[in-house]
Amino acid sequence: MPSSQSSKYVPNNEEVNLPAIGIKGWLRWTWRQLTSMRTALILLLLLAAAAIPGSVFPQRSADPNGVTSYFDANPVLAPILDKIQLFDVYTSAWFSAIYILLFTSLIGCVLPRTAAHWRALRLPPVPTPTNLKRMSAYRAVELPAKKKQHDALLAKAFAILKKQGYRVVLENPTPESGRVKASLGSVSAERGYLRETGNLIFHLSLIGVLIAVGIGGGLSYSGQRVLVEGESFVNNLAGYDSFSPGTFFNENQLVPFSVKLNKFEVDFYRDPSLKNQANAGTPTDFRAYVTTTLGSTGKQSQGRIRVNEPLAMPNANLYLTGNGYAPSITIRDAKGQIVYAGTTAFLPQDKNYTSLGVIKVTDVPKQYGIISFFYPTVGTLSSGALTSLYPDAALPLLSMNVYQGDLGINGGQPKNVFALDIKNMKQIAGGKSGVKGLRLQLGETVALPKGLGTVTFDGLKRFASLDVDYNPGGVWVLIFALLALAGVTTSLLVPRRRVWVRKTETGFELAALARGDDPILEKVITELAADLTAKPKKEKR
Amino acid sequence: MNSISLNADLAAVARLVVEAAMLIYTFAFLTFVYHLSRLANKKKSIRAAATKLERVGIILLAIAAVVHGVGVVLRGIAASRVPWANMYEFSITGSFVVVTIFLFALIIKDIRLLAAFVAGFNLLILGTADTIFWIPVKSLMPALQSYWLVIHVMVAVLATAFFNIAAALSIAYIFKTAKWVQVSKLKLVDLIRRILAVFPNEEKLERLSYRFNIIGFILWTFTLIAGAIWAERAWHRYWGWDTKEVWTFIIWTIYAGYLHANATRGWNGKRSAWLAVIGFVAILFNFTVVNLFFKGLHVYSGLK
Repeated sequence: MPSSQSSKYVPNNEEVNLPAIGIKGWLRWTWRQLTSMRTALILLLLLAAAAIPGSVFPQRSADPNGVTSYFDANPVLAPILDKIQLFDVYTSAWFSAIYILLFTSLIGCVLPRTAAHWRALRLPPVPTPTNLKRMSAYRAVELPAKKKQHDALLAKAFAILKKQGYRVVLENPTPESGRVKASLGSVSAERGYLRETGNLIFHLSLIGVLIAVGIGGGLSYSGQRVLVEGESFVNNLAGYDSFSPGTFFNENQLVPFSVKLNKFEVDFYRDPSLKNQANAGTPTDFRAYVTTTLGSTGKQSQGRIRVNEPLAMPNANLYLTGNGYAPSITIRDAKGQIVYAGTTAFLPQDKNYTSLGVIKVTDVPKQYGIISFFYPTVGTLSSGALTSLYPDAALPLLSMNVYQGDLGINGGQPKNVFALDIKNMKQIAGGKSGVKGLRLQLGETVALPKGLGTVTFDGLKRFASLDVDYNPGGVWVLIFALLALAGVTTSLLVPRRRVWVRKTETGFELAALARGDDPILEKVITELAADLTAKPKKEKR
Repeated sequence: MNSISLNADLAAVARLVVEAAMLIYTFAFLTFVYHLSRLANKKKSIRAAATKLERVGIILLAIAAVVHGVGVVLRGIAASRVPWANMYEFSITGSFVVVTIFLFALIIKDIRLLAAFVAGFNLLILGTADTIFWIPVKSLMPALQSYWLVIHVMVAVLATAFFNIAAALSIAYIFKTAKWVQVSKLKLVDLIRRILAVFPNEEKLERLSYRFNIIGFILWTFTLIAGAIWAERAWHRYWGWDTKEVWTFIIWTIYAGYLHANATRGWNGKRSAWLAVIGFVAILFNFTVVNLFFKGLHVYSGLK
């Protein structure tokens, strides 16, 4: 079609051709839109907004118990919220969609810019524009009519700018040709290529962070284990109380080693003057002393784990995430035969370590279970209820309620060792059973109700909750994050600017143009003008 | 490990000193407000005489800052550690950093007109800290015993201070460019208009705000990374979408949006100024509402 007819207002009979171009055009248009700065900006703001619900609603990843209690408290609303993934915000379809689009936009924007920057890095600065007056900083300087100074001017400008780190070209005088005015010669300089380099490194590093997070998360694992003093565990799947592997996790990743908890120590804040009551009993340090044994060599070594101070093992870091008391309890039947003996971890319920534990006695004709509270330093509230006054074991006491019936452990289903399902059980001591709950001081033995025998509080140990974690992506996330930090710092603080100096009939004119923010553009021009007009001796300073 | 000595008496003195600083901030604030109202006066002679008032205000502000600084240091000595381990301490240290950065920035940039804002803001923060956030000195819980407490929190305080000054500049920009301020015939608006007239022009306000924000953004990026490194040590994972982590991320993303807005036609100017204000509101939200009412691992307000 002749070009004169291509105006869009001219009726066109060849519309059949348009859709073919249209799809391609549409795709190109969509891609352009997606990779535009405006889209990136809107996606960023969307991402910020989409992250908010994750801080309002409990998340399965960070707070699974919170989700459970939310379901209990809001049985109608919770399933609806769950449908739109409000308990899994950061893995939800909509959150993922936003960041995948954002990163697609980022890649689409950064790759062409990288290519363009690569070319620009190897090109000389742009030719001096004809009209320097239009630049954001401009100055014309008259020189005294000494011929020498005029001749040396451009060479001097070249040297000064070069020394300041500019990329400089000297342009020779050109005669007038067509529309281009005649030039008496000029210097064109540019600096701050690092600004764009930093910018690109920043964005590319963010892609690196995302990939490292993804792959690292897939290969990672996290296992939890409660260890009472004297106990040990082996680093295999059976060794953990709970275990959450990443998507690509393979059991072979678990390097065989064992860890034994020898001793667990706690320091509490002590104030001899007794002035600072607010701090009484505040723990100031937790220390778990362990012996580790490598499966491959049998090599043993002593280690210490503190909060903020994990212990490094091959392909695993051991963290201290919790602690508490583990009373040793022995139960004998009416004949004096031991039917239960164990040191059981009790879960702390408050800051003074009032702790809750469960004992299940199965080797008897009629199963029974005990729900027990442990008070390291027992005291009595005005209501008569027991409480713990201090977190250290100064006056330890166990209280017990006994339930008889089906413990529900014969069905083969795994049961929580920290909970007793009393649905099919009858309370035979404590509460409204008519029999007082049992109370035992350390070393004491008391009788169980219904002639079941006796229970003894033999001893007291501490336990440590250990978290065993492995994430090979972590170090890469850090490297890319630091690269991103270096990149963004460079790109925000290094000014990129072009400077031109041109000879005129009476002196010279100079101009500068900033690409991006440049707080000292005017100053640069002023100083360069001063340097160029300065007498030779002053220049040496 | 039991060598920690907490000094409750000294903490009480520290509190008194901070309260004294509040009193001086009050005088400084009133002086600046009076100064601004004089500057907006129609009579030239009154406007000319106002400069002296400003100098008095700046001197008062500097004295307040010194007294404030003494209070912060005493609190640190009383607790025998860095004075930013709970909300009270974070507030007094953070506001001290704001006024310090402002006073130093005065040497380089002429942002004197923000003085009323800085004095007023510090007064507000210290008032809140003294009445709501105050708690006796406490020993550090084991999770906070790390040199990252010094690095991560200090840089977060610095970033917040830069964002704070930038937000003040952006607010001035928003008022200055608002249509209703330019056309309204109300007497009060007329006063605001005349006060704003003595502020730097719009372009300058925008650029100054940008410069404070980019420093803030770099520091915030560092805060985020340092926080992740610390989280890996203390909580066995570098990132877990804890509520505080979420909000650190949200704030980072808003300011990243702000930086993009400055390079996008149609988004620079008013919209980017609004983003700077929204970013700072998110920071305040993160510090107050998230700390006090959201469930998470960063529980160190020390309040019940």
